[in-house]
This record gives sequence, C-alpha cells and structure tokens, in this order.
Amino acid sequence: MSYDMQHSIDYKTAPVIDIEGLYKAFGSNRVLQGFNLKLWAGENLAVMGKSGSGKSVLIKCIIGLVRIDQGKLLVLDQAVDQLNLRELDRLRSQIGFQFQGSALYDSMTVRENLEFPLKRHPLKQVTEKELELLVTEALEAVGLLNAINMMPSELSGGMKKRIALARTLIMQPKIILYDEPTSGLDPVTAKEISLLINEVQNRFHTASIIITHDLACARISSNRMIILHNGINYAEATYTQLGTMKDGVIQAFFV
Amino acid sequence: MKKLTRFFLTTGEISEFAGRYFREAWFPPYEIQELLKQCFLIGNKSFALVSITGLIMGIVLTLQTRPTLIEFGAVSMMPSMVGIAIVREIGPVLTALICAGKIGSGIGAELASMKVTEQIDAMEVSGANPFKYLVITRVTATTIMIPILVVLSDIISLSGSALVEYLKGGVSFELYFSKVFEYLQFGDLLPSVIKSFFFGFAIGIIGCYKGYTSTRGTEGVGRTANEAVVIASMLVFILDFIAVLVSDIFYEL
Ligand SMILES: Nc1ncnc2c1ncn2[C@@H]1O[C@H](COP(=O)(O)OP(=O)(O)OP(=O)(O)O)[C@@H](O)[C@H]1O
Ligand SMILES: [Mg+2]
Repeated sequence: MSYDMQHSIDYKTAPVIDIEGLYKAFGSNRVLQGFNLKLWAGENLAVMGKSGSGKSVLIKCIIGLVRIDQGKLLVLDQAVDQLNLRELDRLRSQIGFQFQGSALYDSMTVRENLEFPLKRHPLKQVTEKELELLVTEALEAVGLLNAINMMPSELSGGMKKRIALARTLIMQPKIILYDEPTSGLDPVTAKEISLLINEVQNRFHTASIIITHDLACARISSNRMIILHNGINYAEATYTQLGTMKDGVIQAFFV
Repeated sequence: MKKLTRFFLTTGEISEFAGRYFREAWFPPYEIQELLKQCFLIGNKSFALVSITGLIMGIVLTLQTRPTLIEFGAVSMMPSMVGIAIVREIGPVLTALICAGKIGSGIGAELASMKVTEQIDAMEVSGANPFKYLVITRVTATTIMIPILVVLSDIISLSGSALVEYLKGGVSFELYFSKVFEYLQFGDLLPSVIKSFFFGFAIGIIGCYKGYTSTRGTEGVGRTANEAVVIASMLVFILDFIAVLVSDIFYEL
C-alpha cells in the first residue's frame, strides 16, 4: 500500500529542508561527514541509524542548537548558520522539535507547558481566549485533553511523548522534527504514536523528519527513508525498496 | 599551572555570564510572575533556617561575652557591642552562607537537571528566552531576598541577645534596643545592607552559572550543586573582605 495516496507531497517547488555536504565534528569525533538530505513539502522522512551515528546531532543542526562546521543547510530557504538570533527565532517558530526525552518542563502543569511557548513568542500575539482554544485543540489532537492539569511527573512515557507533540503542534509548525518518538514504548503505544504522526501529517500538512530505531514506526509513518551510516546518507529509498536491498548495512536494520 | 588557567577561565566565564545578566535584565519581556514565585520560594525555604541560626547566634554571642564584660565592669556595653557585631558582620555573612548552601545549591541542581533533560534547549527552540525566564528571575530574586533575610536575621539575633540580658541581667527589651540604636549608626547599617545585595547577587549568579553550563549528565547534577555552594561561599567571604576594606576607607575620610 502506498502512503502517497493519502496526501500530496510537493516535489516540484524547492525542498523545505535542503542539506548538502554537511560536516560536523566534536573534537576528533567526526559525526557528520558530507551528509545530504532533501525534505519536500508534505513529506514524512524517516532517518535510521545506529546509536551514536549522529541522528540527534543532525536535527539539532537543523534547528540551530548545534553549529555546523561546513556545508549547505537551508531550512525554508534560509541558511541556518548565517541567521542572527532574531531571524533564528523567527525560523524556529515555524519548526516543531520533539526531543528524545520529551523535555517537558517539570515545574509546570501540562497546560502551562503548552502555553509557555505561545505566551512568550515575540512574533505571535494571542489573547487569553485564543490561548485556551489552542491549548484544548492541541490536546485533543493527541487525545489527552483530560491530562490538562497534570504535572509531567504524573504522566507515563507515552503520555509525555504525546504532550510533547501537543506542545509542538500548538505553534502550528510547517516542519516537525521528531527525535525517536517511539523509543522506550511498548509496541502497542508505539504504533499509536506512529499513527498519530501520520494523522498530524494529513491534518496539518506538515513535513517531518522522523528519527527512529523502530522499524514499525518507519514503515507506518514515513514516505521515504534515509539510512545514516558513517556520517553520510548511506541509502535513500522507500521502506519497501530498502527491505529488498541485499546490502549488509541496510539489512542489519531489517531483522 | 593547569588549575590556575582553569581558575582564570572560569572567572572570565562567570563575569561574562554576569555581564549577560546586566545586558538582558532591562529589556522586556519581564517574567514578573516567575520572579515573584522565586522570591516567595527563597523566603519560604530559608526563613526558618535563618531565624533559628540567627537566634542561636545572638544568644551564644551574648552568653559567651558576658563573663568578660562583667570582669571589666562593662556589661552595660553589651547591647552596643553585640548590636554592632551582628549588624555589621555576623548577620550578613551568616545569612549569606546559609543561603549559599540552601538556595545556591537548589538553583544549581534545578538548572543542571533542566539542562541535562534538555528542557533549556526546548525553551530555546520554542523561541522563548531561557536566560530571561530562568537566570534573570532567579538572580534578581536572590539579590532582593538575601538583604531582606539579613535584616530579619539581625532582628532575631538581637532579640535573642536581649532575651539573655533580660533573664540574666534584668535588662528590659526597651532599654536593650534603645541602647543598641544609641550606638548603631546609619554608617553601620548602610554598608551591611549594600554588601548583602552583593552576597545575594553572587549566590544567584553562581548557582545559575553552574547549572546553566552543566554538561555532565545526570550524575553531574549533584556535583554541580556542590560546586555552586563551595564557590558561592568562597565568594561571600571574598566580597565581605572587599566590603570591609572599602568601608574602612570611607571611615577614614
Ligand atoms: N554536545 C556534544 N558534545 C560533544 N559530543 C557530542 C555532543 N552531542 C553529541 N555528541 C557526540 O556525537 C555523536 C552522535 O551523537 P547523537 O546524539 O547524534 O547520536 P544518535 O544517533 O542520536 O544516537 P541515539 O540513537 O543513541 O540517540 C556521539 O558520539 C556523541 O558522543
Ligand atoms: Mg539521539
């Protein structure tokens, strides 16, 4: 079955993320060594790679949390490494970022977690009423409206990931970067999250990069996949195509 | 040699961090709600501790000096002597040290754990300014609250001392306090309040710097808290030394 039927991916206009020859090292630890990636509007792209291969570093470069050493890195047609703080903030307001460990603010309730970015964003002004509406909408989208007054410590791992997604959705991003959205979850919950990622794509027409170790997640939620190996995009194809390739590195992921 | 270089590097980084505080504190958005919350938390956390230590200090100091003063026939000097010792030196330093332990470590641990769980990064990518929300509020809160706690500690210490004098020498509270204020001048109070502001700022900035720049993962949180206390306590003594030198110059004038 082809997921391309459910929505439209725009391969004609410029890609929303365009990476060419990206290099990043930490001291002598060379993590990315000429990595290439194009993310098209409306597309869900899964990036798979071994632990420590630089997947998190890759999306942190995209959001400007990690400075790149060298290479082309265009996000929504802007070179991330050349933006000043204000421009970077403006760009970031269009990108959702879901951290590997959810990164919910411990000292705030779920509601305050969701309100936090909206209340403070210099470029988005909302009234109390709109705020309330947006919070409920975002929580409904992830099916956790009843958790609105809970503290993060009261949530399970899967709930945390959903709330983190809600906190991202509330900013109405054009691009969402997921860092291992299903790690540490049981297969049933993992599948729910994968389907949720799909639903977000269809409903909000976002383009996403989904970092994952989870084959099922990649199969359900991605239109295309990249294997990150030795700092480069080792292979690039759909899930089904990759599954039939005879290459040892690729097959290692498909067991 | 390496240690010396590290010392100067860290000192430079802390100055840079403090500089950022002064650059950013004046401009909106102001996180008033978070500031008030932090002020309340600081007061709430250390009120009891500061009161008890202050009270004990006042009582002990009076009991210890009584025999000597009696020997010299100068027991009537007690209120002025204890008053000056407490207001000028013991109150501010004692309170600052307790707050360095209680508040400084708390801030260090809190920010360090937010750092390792990527909450600070999450604030940054959401377009909010974590430095404003976390650092400026906390440093401002300690700078405001430590002087208030110092004054509180002074009052309680002196009350403890007055209690001893009342029980042992039959001196009434009115007489005791009127004697205290007879000798205690504005020139004693002002430097002590001013240096308390510096103590408060130092405790806040060290706690925040240590937490905000912590990189060593979960097991580093405890160590961060520990280092924050050690550096902040050292800094309190150094600042106190400088304060005494400076006010000495003013007395000579
Ligand atoms: N801030 C940093 N400073 C120094 N080294 C770093 C930093 N961040 C990441 N690294 C290094 O970069 C490499 C890639 O890390 P990264 O977190 O991207 O791995 P990953 O592919 O996301 O792995 P996992 O699947 O376990 O999350 C690792 O060797 C790590 O030690
Ligand atoms: Mg990772």
